[in-house]
Amino acid sequence: MFNYNFRWAQALNSLPQMLEGALVTMEIAILSMAVGIVVAIFLTVFRLSGQRVLAAVATIWVEVARNTPALFQIYMVHFGLGSFGIHLSPYLSLLIGITFNNAGYLAENFRGALKAIPDTQTRAARSLGMSAGQAFANVVMPQMLRISFLPMTNQMVWAILMTSLGAVVAMNTDLYGVTSDLNARTFRTFELFAIAAVIFYLITKAITLAARLLAARLFRY
Amino acid sequence: MFDTALTANDLIFLAKGAGMTLIVTGISVLLGTILGILFGVFRYQVGPWWAAPLTFVLDIFRSIPLLIQLVLANAFVTTVLGFRISGFTVACGVLSLYTSAYCAEIVRGGIESVPTTLRRAARSLGMTWGQDMRSIVLPLATRVALPSWIGLALGVMKDSALVFIVQVVELLKSTQILITRLQEPLFLLMICGLFYFVISFPVARLGGYLERRWSND
Repeated sequence: MFNYNFRWAQALNSLPQMLEGALVTMEIAILSMAVGIVVAIFLTVFRLSGQRVLAAVATIWVEVARNTPALFQIYMVHFGLGSFGIHLSPYLSLLIGITFNNAGYLAENFRGALKAIPDTQTRAARSLGMSAGQAFANVVMPQMLRISFLPMTNQMVWAILMTSLGAVVAMNTDLYGVTSDLNARTFRTFELFAIAAVIFYLITKAITLAARLLAARLFRY
Repeated sequence: MFDTALTANDLIFLAKGAGMTLIVTGISVLLGTILGILFGVFRYQVGPWWAAPLTFVLDIFRSIPLLIQLVLANAFVTTVLGFRISGFTVACGVLSLYTSAYCAEIVRGGIESVPTTLRRAARSLGMTWGQDMRSIVLPLATRVALPSWIGLALGVMKDSALVFIVQVVELLKSTQILITRLQEPLFLLMICGLFYFVISFPVARLGGYLERRWSND
């Protein structure tokens, strides 16, 4: 026991590679979040629209995204679509998988936020002559996004953590993939993953802090 | 389309994987909840300054991907400390701590939701701290905390899919093994997804129902 030789210097040598991986991780998280928010707004509109088919699509999307593991969803995108002859790169599979998950959770958050917005506002907007679409886009949606800002921040952190699941589709350019590749070559498992853990921690803290500053700036009355 | 090489043995193999998912989830949620309640009460009781170290440690569990936590814990226990320990134990240990980090937050929120005046009233009636906790705080905090706790338990069940990394063969991993052999990814993944959905969906609905039911009155 305790006769393990730590070789931090060797592991730290690969820090530049890992930081490049961290950039890919952030890129995936930001893209998946941006697309996820847009899709989630559409899902919310679908559920409000009263159109049976659209509402059903949105409901199924949300329930599947929320009730199956994210790992399963990424797996499904990569190998499930593969059996239809759609072969996606690991990067794209991971991005689509996380986006699917984000959109589902965000749509549910948006639905919760909508409950906090009084119905009278839509009616007031409509009686001012706005169309239903205008009323939603100009009156309801900005408030909905404001109310769900905190859940969106949480989801962003989740998106960062979820990028590590790319391991299952042989993704090797994100932070987890780079680390696990280095590990396969050097076998310094503990050192390498400890460094990766610190990088992940710093990224998530930076995001939380940035969101807090942004909220203070955006939402002062 | 419905031709499949799936045999009864394969189904039993999948069922075993599903059983493993449930066992890992059960142990982790149980231990994690007990720890989470202890941590949550401690954090509330000693105030933010004295609880800062604990808060920091629990926060780490929520800011690092579970996959990395598992790899790191496994490497630490088996190679650094040199213990001979199964992946199953590591998986349960990490998932329990992971659960407790979220649970502590839920418990603290629950306790904070109980009005201070109510607790002062209980104490001035002569109740001890323990009595106050048991008969006043527990029932009221449970109403606030239970829906989130159900969400957490389901989250842990879904996250337990990641324990494949420490060689625990749970549902998704056994599906993966079968896919490698049978080459029918879509069909097998559907079965796997259906299983998760069938467990998660009704419980999630129950959580939503309790939330609505208990927030009204």
